[in-house]
Amino acid sequence: MSAAADNAEPLVRVEDVHTYYGKSHILHGVSLTVGAGEVVGLLGRNGVGKSTTLKSIMGLVRPTHGTVVFDGETITGLPPHKLARRGIGYVPEDRRIFRLLTVMENLRTGLDRRGVGEDKRKALLDKVFTFFPILAERRNQAGGTLSGGEQQMLAIARAMMLEPKIILLDEPTEGLMPRMVSQIGEIIDLLHRERVAILLVEQNVPLTLAASQRVYFMEKGSVRHHCAASEIDINDAVIRQYLGV
Amino acid sequence: MGAASVDIGSPANSRGAGSESVLQTELLSIQFGGLSALSQVNFAVSRGELRAIIGPNGAGKSTFFNCLTGVLRPTSGRITFNGEDITGLPANTISQKGIARSYQITNILPNATTLENVRIAAQSRRHGWNMIAHHSAFADLNDKAEAALRAVGLIGKAHELASNLSHGEQRNLEIGIALATEPQLLCLDEPTAGMSAAETDETMELVRHIAKNLTILIVEHDMAVVMELADRITVLHYGAILAEGTPAEIQQNPRVLEVYLKT
Amino acid sequence: MDAVSHFLHAIPVDLIIIQTVNGIVTGMILALIASGLTLIFGIMDVVNFAHGELFMLGAYIGVVVIASTGSFWLALVISSLVVAILGAALQVATLRPLIGRDPLNTILVTFGISLVLQNFALWNFGPVARKIPEPISSSFTLFYLQYPWYRILIAVLSAAIIGGFWLFLKYSRFGVWIRATTQDRVMAQAMGIPVPLVYTGVFALGAAMAAASGVLFAPLVGVNHTMGLDWVLKAFIVVVVGGMGNLGGSIAAAIFISLLEAYATIWVDPSQAVIVSFVVLILTLLFRPTGLFVPTPK
Repeated sequence: MSAAADNAEPLVRVEDVHTYYGKSHILHGVSLTVGAGEVVGLLGRNGVGKSTTLKSIMGLVRPTHGTVVFDGETITGLPPHKLARRGIGYVPEDRRIFRLLTVMENLRTGLDRRGVGEDKRKALLDKVFTFFPILAERRNQAGGTLSGGEQQMLAIARAMMLEPKIILLDEPTEGLMPRMVSQIGEIIDLLHRERVAILLVEQNVPLTLAASQRVYFMEKGSVRHHCAASEIDINDAVIRQYLGV
Repeated sequence: MGAASVDIGSPANSRGAGSESVLQTELLSIQFGGLSALSQVNFAVSRGELRAIIGPNGAGKSTFFNCLTGVLRPTSGRITFNGEDITGLPANTISQKGIARSYQITNILPNATTLENVRIAAQSRRHGWNMIAHHSAFADLNDKAEAALRAVGLIGKAHELASNLSHGEQRNLEIGIALATEPQLLCLDEPTAGMSAAETDETMELVRHIAKNLTILIVEHDMAVVMELADRITVLHYGAILAEGTPAEIQQNPRVLEVYLKT
Repeated sequence: MDAVSHFLHAIPVDLIIIQTVNGIVTGMILALIASGLTLIFGIMDVVNFAHGELFMLGAYIGVVVIASTGSFWLALVISSLVVAILGAALQVATLRPLIGRDPLNTILVTFGISLVLQNFALWNFGPVARKIPEPISSSFTLFYLQYPWYRILIAVLSAAIIGGFWLFLKYSRFGVWIRATTQDRVMAQAMGIPVPLVYTGVFALGAAMAAASGVLFAPLVGVNHTMGLDWVLKAFIVVVVGGMGNLGGSIAAAIFISLLEAYATIWVDPSQAVIVSFVVLILTLLFRPTGLFVPTPK
C-alpha cells in the first residue's frame, strides 16, 4: 500500500483545525491525513498539541475552526460515543482504564454493542487474549490492580473491541520499562497487519520511526514537517529540531 | 511625574559567572508515597542570572517550583534564599521574602481591571490595616502598579477588564502581577503556553527586558525560547539534575539528547 | 456479680429487640430512597432536590391504582413505571440542557421541580391525607406487642429491590455502562457508551426506586403532599454519611442511622430522637467527610 495516499481519499483527514482550551490557543491550524491501514507517527515535544490533536479528532474537545473527515464523513463536533461506534478507537495518554471494573468488564464496554453476536464476541475475545495472554490470566481482576504495562495492554485491547478502522494511540510507551516498550512496538505491528490504521503520538523516536510509514512533526500547535519514516533516522537534523534541545 | 518605579531587585553585575548565589538548594527531596518526585537536588542560581529549567514529562519541574515557592513541603533537604533558610515556610511568607511566581494556568482575577489585578499584588507588600482610607489615597501603590504594567506592555489596557484581554495579554499580566510584588527572584512557569508564534516573541522580549534587573527561573517546553533567553540551563530527569550548562553545552550533551529522544 | 446481673436486668432487652426490628424496617426504606439519590449524584453530579416529591408522587399514584384495581402489587409496579417515565422526561427536559454548567443550576432546577410537584399534588388530590390499605394485615407476637407482618414485608421487599438492582448493576449490559460512566464519563463515551442516555436511564431508575418506597411506606402513614419533605432530608444525610455515590455505603448508613434513632427513642421522645441523625452527620463531616462507610478516605 503506497505511503502518501494522493489519489484515494484518506481514512482520516484533518484540515486546518484550531482548538482552544478556554482562551489558550492550542492548535493553530493542524492538517494531516491517515490512510486506511496506515501507521502514521505524530512527533513533537511536550505541550505542542499532539494530544489535543487526537482529542479534536475524537470529539473530546471541539475545534473552533477546521474540519475532521473520517471515512468520507465530516465528523467535526460529533460526540465521542458516536465516533467510537463509527470505528475510531481512542487510547489516551494515561490509559484511563476503568479501575473498578474487572478486565473482562473493561473489555465488555467495547464489546457490548449492536451487531455483535455470540460468535463474534468469542472471536474478538479470543483474538485479544491471544495478543495479550496476561489479560486472559487476569480477566476477573479489577483494572486498578494491574501494573502499568498491563493497563496499557488493556487500554489497547479495549479499543480493539470496537473493531476500529483506526486507533488513536497517545504516548503508549510513556512510563513503561524498555522491555514493555518493545512489546508495544510488536503490538503496533500486529495491528498494522490486521489493517487497523494507527495515528501514533509519541516522543519515543526510534519506536515511532520503526513502526510508522509516515511521520508528522508538530511544534507550537501546528504541523511543521512531514515525511516518510524511511527517509530519516534518529540522527537527522529534523529530529533534533523538533524533539531535541 | 512621579519617579516611582518597580524596584525589581539589584542590578545584575555579572551573568551567572561566580556572582553570589541568590537561591540555593541542598539535597532537596520530595517523596509522594513511594514516588521520588525530586531526589537530592543540589541547585544554585546566581544573582541576575536567567536560568531555564527543562526536562521531559514528569521530570519534576513544576514540583521543583512548588517547593521553592512554599506550595509543597520538601521531605528532606534545604532551600536557602539570600543566605536565609526558607525550607518549609508557607507560601505567603516566601512571597514576602521576595520570591514571586507566575503560573502555568492563568491565575488572574477576571472581574477586576488589569490595573486592579496588579495593584492588589503591589498592596501585598504593605500591611493594609487601614480599612477606611479610599484606595486612591495610596498613590504610590498606583504608581508601582502602573510601572509593572509598563514593564509588561499592558499600560494601554490598564482599565480594561482582565477577562477581556487576549490569552497572550493575560499571560503577560500574570508576569506583571508577579513583578508588582517587587521580587528578587521571579519564577515563570511555562509563560508562553498556548501562545501563537507572535505572542511568544512578544513575551520573550518582555522577559529579556525585565531580566536586566532580576534573577529569573523559567520552566519552558518551547526550546526556541529556552535557547534564546537562558544564560544557563538545568536539565531535570526523574527528579534529579541530569545536566547543567550554557545552551550550547546542553545542546551538545549526548545524555540530554538521549533522554529527550528516548534512545 | 449481683451488680452485674442488676445492670443486665436494667437493660430493656425486649425494647431493644423491638427497636432493632423497627430500625431495620425504617432503615431499609430509607436505603431504597437514598440509593436512587446517591446513584444520581454519583453518576452525573446532580443533587436531586425533587427526590422526596418522586417518593410522594409514587405514593399518590399507588392510591389511584389501588382505588381502581384494588391490587397493592399492581400499584407498586405501575407507580414505579409511571414515575420512572416521568423522571426520564424531567431529566431530558430540564437537566440534560444543563450538562456542563455550574452545578448550582441543577440544584435550583430540581428544587423548582419539587415545588411544582408538591403543589400539583396539593391541587390535584387536595389537602386531606389519603390512605393505602396494607396488603397483609396479620401480625405476630413480639414480646408484648402485636407486630404487623407488613412491616417485615417492607424490609424484605426493599432488600429484594435493592438486591435486584445490585445484580442488575453488576451483570447487565446497562449496569456495566452505568458503572463505567460513574468512574470515567469521558472514557465511557470514547468506548461508544451513549452517556446522555445513561444519565436519563439512571435518573429514571432512581425515580422508580423512590416511587416504590413511597408505595411501600404509604400504608404506615397517610399520603399527603408534604410526605416527601421529611424523608428527603434524612435521605440526604444518609447519602453524605454513606459517601456520595457509594451505593453500599448509603445502605449501610441508612440502617446505621435508623437503628441509632430507634434505640434513642427508648429513652427520649421520638421528636428529639431525630437529633441523632444530625449528630451523625456533623461527626461524619468533621472527621470522615468522604463518608463513614468509605474504605479509605481519598
